[in-house]
Amino acid sequence: MDQKLMLLGDEAIAQAAIDAGMSGIYAYPGTPSTEITEYVMQSKEARSGQIRAGWSTNEKTAMESALGMSYTGKRAMVCMKHVGLNVAADPFINSAITGANGGLIIVSADDPSMHSSQNEQDSRVLGKFALMPVLEPTNQQNAYDMVHYGFEMSEKLGVPVLMRITTRLAHSRAGVIRKESRKQNEINLPKDSGQFILLPAIARRQYKELLKKQEIFESWSLTSGFNVFTDGDNKSLGVITTGIAHNYLFENYPDRHIPYPVLKVAQYPVPKALVEKIYNSCDAILVLEEGYPILEESLRGFLNLGKTIHGRLDGTVPREGELNPNIVAVALGMEDTHGKDIPSIVASRPPSLCKGCPHIYSYNALTEALSKWSKGRVFSDIGCYTLGALDPFDAINTCVDMGASITMAKGAADAGLLPAVAVIGDSTFAHSGITGLIDCVKEKSQVTIMILDNETTAMTGGQDSSAFGRIEDICTGVGVSKDHIFVLNPSPKYHQENLAILKQELDYQGVSVIIPRRECIQTALKHIKENKKAESVPSEN
Amino acid sequence: MKRDIILAGVGGQGILSIATTIGAAALNTGLHLKQAEVHGMSQRGGDVSSNLRIADHEIASDLIPYGKADLIISVEPMESLRYLPLLSPGGWLITNTKPFINITDYPKMEDLMAEIENFGNHIALDADQVAKDLGSARSANMVILGAASPFLGIDFSELQDAVRRIFGRKGDEIVKLNLDALQAGRDYALAHKN
Repeated sequence: MDQKLMLLGDEAIAQAAIDAGMSGIYAYPGTPSTEITEYVMQSKEARSGQIRAGWSTNEKTAMESALGMSYTGKRAMVCMKHVGLNVAADPFINSAITGANGGLIIVSADDPSMHSSQNEQDSRVLGKFALMPVLEPTNQQNAYDMVHYGFEMSEKLGVPVLMRITTRLAHSRAGVIRKESRKQNEINLPKDSGQFILLPAIARRQYKELLKKQEIFESWSLTSGFNVFTDGDNKSLGVITTGIAHNYLFENYPDRHIPYPVLKVAQYPVPKALVEKIYNSCDAILVLEEGYPILEESLRGFLNLGKTIHGRLDGTVPREGELNPNIVAVALGMEDTHGKDIPSIVASRPPSLCKGCPHIYSYNALTEALSKWSKGRVFSDIGCYTLGALDPFDAINTCVDMGASITMAKGAADAGLLPAVAVIGDSTFAHSGITGLIDCVKEKSQVTIMILDNETTAMTGGQDSSAFGRIEDICTGVGVSKDHIFVLNPSPKYHQENLAILKQELDYQGVSVIIPRRECIQTALKHIKENKKAESVPSEN
Repeated sequence: MKRDIILAGVGGQGILSIATTIGAAALNTGLHLKQAEVHGMSQRGGDVSSNLRIADHEIASDLIPYGKADLIISVEPMESLRYLPLLSPGGWLITNTKPFINITDYPKMEDLMAEIENFGNHIALDADQVAKDLGSARSANMVILGAASPFLGIDFSELQDAVRRIFGRKGDEIVKLNLDALQAGRDYALAHKN
């Protein structure tokens, strides 16, 4: 198949997984990983039911489902953003101990410079922590090829494989050439019936196996062709790149001829033989990593007594943030280039809630209802509604991680900050809010929990929300009194009624749940458009 | 040959439709292409940009280096200025003059226009008005693309073909409206580029 497709890095991964005979993909949406699963969901393979594709309630449930599919001998993929890997960390790390049966790839999309995230953690650290092989593609074609390789490796070595990508690869398009398609695996349970039972006696055995395999992982890293050493005449410096940093290095040499020896790293564990080669032949080393200075730190060692290592730790490259061609140019001692400065009249234009968004009303009403209390008692969460932190709302005081609104409000209420208010979206509530709500119910904490129900996962583009149509049932099911669950219409038309309920529940000395419910304006507009289209197509009946 | 292009606008203005059309034309002529998009939080009414790189050789970086872009194509006047640090000294600024005002401290139009005029190589036109006059208010982005067309290094007929392919499914009338918008933008640029 020599047909070239223009694909986002995310889409290249998705297309490769389809072509490599994957049977199921599991994910929770999160920028910049969302398009992988969306692409598979829209494929004819998924729509015809050959591939299971859809959204899980959170990354942990997604990871476990994928592991379950791998257990049966079929190929599975699970996708998330970097912070999602924290949520999935328990099954993720233990999956290295159980090992895989059918090929299993975990894709974690990191977001250096935090374009759409609360931190810029580097998933390679978690890969190393789990003692798992890690693939870090350098471009879209490489990402496509590595998925095929990753599934093979996972099955041959009996280990899940972590694929780490970053924003600029995930959300950039380039030409990709497909490989031949491969059939899906049949069900074929593990030969060793104890493999997936991590009782201490078995786990100890499995863990020893995993440690023994490290050498094999490294030998695969050496022979796969993804890690490449290229010699150069000028030995005053050796350059090591990881992931897409390699592209920024090449960008600075228009003729693509680099005078220095270069080691391109795209697969971990990094083969010692290649590192030795560049280290021994050069006077100093420059490490260019898109992410944390992981390789740099291990090259320096604790005491940094060896050759000079340049990178993020000695200030040659900024300590935080994503790389770009200019940062790499400066690190190489080249001249920086820069156009004219931004004229001072250009104002900043931060993202904002859409015109007609139901959250606008909800925040205005909440702020009014809270006016008799001191400020600083609204604990919010991850989603569009985090924009309530900005002008003109200035309505929330925290945003930390998925679900933290409810539990932080509980902790503050426990400390005596009464009333404490949690603001959480419907999808985030399903993701990680329910367990916190149980904590509140158990101790009758005085928290008012607003579940802003826009009936979708809005921030990432309108994916299904797992709690859709079930929020009140979930709340009563975990023990919230029916008398303290209210569904509001978040519209100025119902303002007096809404305000009265809010004020009353803020005074209530127990758990109350208030659900302002109106569909996200973006998905609502999309639905209107789709309906119009459907109507304009003449019916055959 | 290479053209490094910054596409600029405000989340929701559909700058990617311009990228898609240029991309389709570039691919059809056998050029290499890379296009870095913005997804996620900033799409909500914030400033958005896309890096579109086309070349007759393999392209290394997904991001255009500062000071190296050949063109800024912006569907909003203030946004066109935000990316000046990326533009090369001889680069061109192509922008819509119709402002999108969703912030309280939006600069005065005359100050904004003075900054744009102050920049040597520029084409500035009210693409919304041009599109409306053609009876196709939604084709403003095609007007802007037409205004950028003399600077793209791609034959105009290739762009026209790309429009036919992309809008073909929507019927002949939509294709014609978009081709007219493309032509109107191009005519304006050819008349004002010196």
